[in-house]
Amino acid sequence: MKAIFRIRRYNPEKDKKPYWQEFTLEDVLPTDRVVELLHRIKWEQDGTLTFRRSCAHGVCGSDAMRINGVNLLACKVLVRTFARDDAEEVKIQVEPILGLPVLKDLIVDMEPFFSHYRAILPYLITSEPPPADGRERRQSPQERAIFDDTTKCILCACCTTSCPSFWANDSYVGPAAIVQAHRFIFDSRDQAADQRLNVLGAPDGAWRCRTIFNCTPACPREIKVTQAIGEVKLAIVRGVEHVRQQKIADLKETPAPEE
Amino acid sequence: MQTHQFDVVVVGAGGAGLMAALYASQNGANVAVVSKLYPTRSHTGTAQGGIGAALGNLEEDRWEWHAFDTVKGGDYLADQDAVKVLAEQAVSAIIELELMGLPFDRNPDGTISQRRFGGHTNNITKKPVRRACHAADRTGHMILQTLYQQCIKNQIRFFDEYHAMDQLLSDDGRSAGVVAVEIGSGELHVFHSKAVIWATGGWGRLWSVTSNAHSLTGDAPAILLRRGLPMEDMEFFQFHPTGLYGLGVLITEGVRGEGGILLNGKSERFMERYAPSIKDLASRDVISRAIYLEIQAGRGIGGRPYVHLDVTPKTVNRYLAEAGESRRIDGNYVIQKLPDILDFCRVYAGVDPVEDPIPVAPTAHYGMGGIPTNIDAEVLAKPDGTIVPGLYAAGEVGCVSVHGANRLGTNSLTDLIVFGRIAGRKAAEYAKSAGMPALPPDPAGKVSAELARLRSGKGSSRPGPIRAKMQQAMMDHVGVFRTEAGISETIQIIRGLKEQFNTDLVIDDRGQQFNTDLLEAWELGAMLDLAEVTAASALARTESRGAHSREDYPKRDDQNWLVHSFVWQDGDTIRLDHSRKVDLSLGHEPMERVY
Repeated sequence: MKAIFRIRRYNPEKDKKPYWQEFTLEDVLPTDRVVELLHRIKWEQDGTLTFRRSCAHGVCGSDAMRINGVNLLACKVLVRTFARDDAEEVKIQVEPILGLPVLKDLIVDMEPFFSHYRAILPYLITSEPPPADGRERRQSPQERAIFDDTTKCILCACCTTSCPSFWANDSYVGPAAIVQAHRFIFDSRDQAADQRLNVLGAPDGAWRCRTIFNCTPACPREIKVTQAIGEVKLAIVRGVEHVRQQKIADLKETPAPEE
Repeated sequence: MQTHQFDVVVVGAGGAGLMAALYASQNGANVAVVSKLYPTRSHTGTAQGGIGAALGNLEEDRWEWHAFDTVKGGDYLADQDAVKVLAEQAVSAIIELELMGLPFDRNPDGTISQRRFGGHTNNITKKPVRRACHAADRTGHMILQTLYQQCIKNQIRFFDEYHAMDQLLSDDGRSAGVVAVEIGSGELHVFHSKAVIWATGGWGRLWSVTSNAHSLTGDAPAILLRRGLPMEDMEFFQFHPTGLYGLGVLITEGVRGEGGILLNGKSERFMERYAPSIKDLASRDVISRAIYLEIQAGRGIGGRPYVHLDVTPKTVNRYLAEAGESRRIDGNYVIQKLPDILDFCRVYAGVDPVEDPIPVAPTAHYGMGGIPTNIDAEVLAKPDGTIVPGLYAAGEVGCVSVHGANRLGTNSLTDLIVFGRIAGRKAAEYAKSAGMPALPPDPAGKVSAELARLRSGKGSSRPGPIRAKMQQAMMDHVGVFRTEAGISETIQIIRGLKEQFNTDLVIDDRGQQFNTDLLEAWELGAMLDLAEVTAASALARTESRGAHSREDYPKRDDQNWLVHSFVWQDGDTIRLDHSRKVDLSLGHEPMERVY
């Protein structure tokens, strides 16, 4: 089929403001990834088209873009998302993710995003000495399971830049930072939940979340982002232990897989 | 142009680079990490199935078995002194990652969970052993995240999106630093340092079907070749047997570790014929060749160039029963153990592996060769062991050589951690004793001239088609199977493409900021250099060993070829040397390799 791309362009060395440019590609397949088609445009038609990408299969988190109005990784969305397989034409609009300064074409300044990430102390903090036998610390499969979902985050910024609260106020730490905090707050080996909850209990922390739910469908890793934020909010109010016990109880209701 | 001074500069921010940076910093060095990507985008993050170490959490295991399996997997080309370091230190490396906070999957007793992986065995029973420590099927992601977290905690200085393009050497032959372009501004930066650690990963983008990221263009090997330094064992490049058909996206060996089976178009479990003992868990070179041969014999799926990887509970349980094992799995088990694989298959192939088999074919995956180093991660200037003072390499870009002619699954991650920390520690020790080397005059001049030439090219050849032709030629003739005629033809093609690149190139973007058109063109130049030395190394080795399979020399030849290949680029000519003998200090003499 034919693909008609409408791409938001901006070259800081030439343009006073961003503009839209159209490109047409022939022989596009329903199974083509959008990032491949952006490469075709760059490699066949206009080498100045600029975007980030690396792994091209949804793991490295480089190519978050707003595609047909939705935050997606360009390497994890196929043409068939936007057109029937037998369609003659597909229209794809691509623009930078919102809420971060645009540097060139589809590239945004990620520093504000990573600065929010660093604010929640994204590393294990414990004063517990390592086990005397020189082996690993023990952690039960249940203790491990309750923060499994939030370990999947690849810091692509799809969630944070889909959040109207973040658009309105970029000092809000945003969903991704809260997801990363969740990963440590509910890790039985970590002892700094209070420090993180202090950050997230502050005015620019978790309470800026208005439970709009944009972040959850935006996540290419299918993390239940809004739920994680809810658990962090509950931990601020009721304490981490309360939420942890509840999560472990919920696990017990789901039968373990057979091996 | 800006100049910075550090004790140690690490180039690359994947597992090896971050580990090296942490260790250099903890050992008192002032460290900078320079990477063309944001650290969390590094390719370590895509590693799936596990990291190998003989923890013995679920059954008896010993580092000596891990070492032997690695030597055998490498078809006896691995240096056994280096393999000893890898296997022995793997155990403490895993414990260290756990203490840093890595969320490994756990056994019911709270210890780290381990699974089976290709080529890893109990050396007494010869049965597969559970050695691969994992975090679901995103082990590399968790390693990358954990190391980056530790770097933030330890306030390591990062230069994100700085593309390194040159190695500086002082008059007396010491490493003096690197030159990098700041991608956002186009400005050149000189990183003047006592020590440099290259940790930039692989070069899978030389081939048309690869599991590798677009960024894996072999920059560091090309940079060092251009500075007159050798590469080692470049003919050994691993094709992973199970890339998602068409795309090459990696489908972890962990799928087979959990019981998945390879089936051909006649629904035969063909690996029974090629590796009667451990079948679908034979090493990767063996399985990739088997798949090619099945396809050649018309036994692909529907006669097409792929086979099936079947992890549906029905099939897995059938073969478990056949093997007399009591264990059975259900769909939930597959979902919990291989969530990302399910996701890849659903998104890219429209297949649900719980219900249907996955279409797979070999995909270019991993360079066993690279920058030659000794077991202290010091870069070798010559095959006799002479080093370049202050220069280090670790991870996939290095060749120490622990992987020999074929890497075992899970050993790449082990390599990153074990040799990353050695490189960091050694570089910091060196920096303590050494003075700051003198910078050469006009240190950024070479890069500046190269970029100016690429930016102002007035020819008619765009980089894209040159790259595509190189990738196709490498796939056709320097892939799973090779012949003299095919390799020679490829060398001619590559030389023609190099000529075109040097004399007729044109790019569209003439700007300074985020000029990825320019950077991709520069990367293409690096890849063309590597393609030529890879093909030349493959042509010279007239035997079949590990991943290097010559149809015209089908046998391994220990008489003549128990040696490493060193290759130099002297202007337009390629020079080879085969004087460096394989280290056999663990006492594993070459034996026939059967699985």
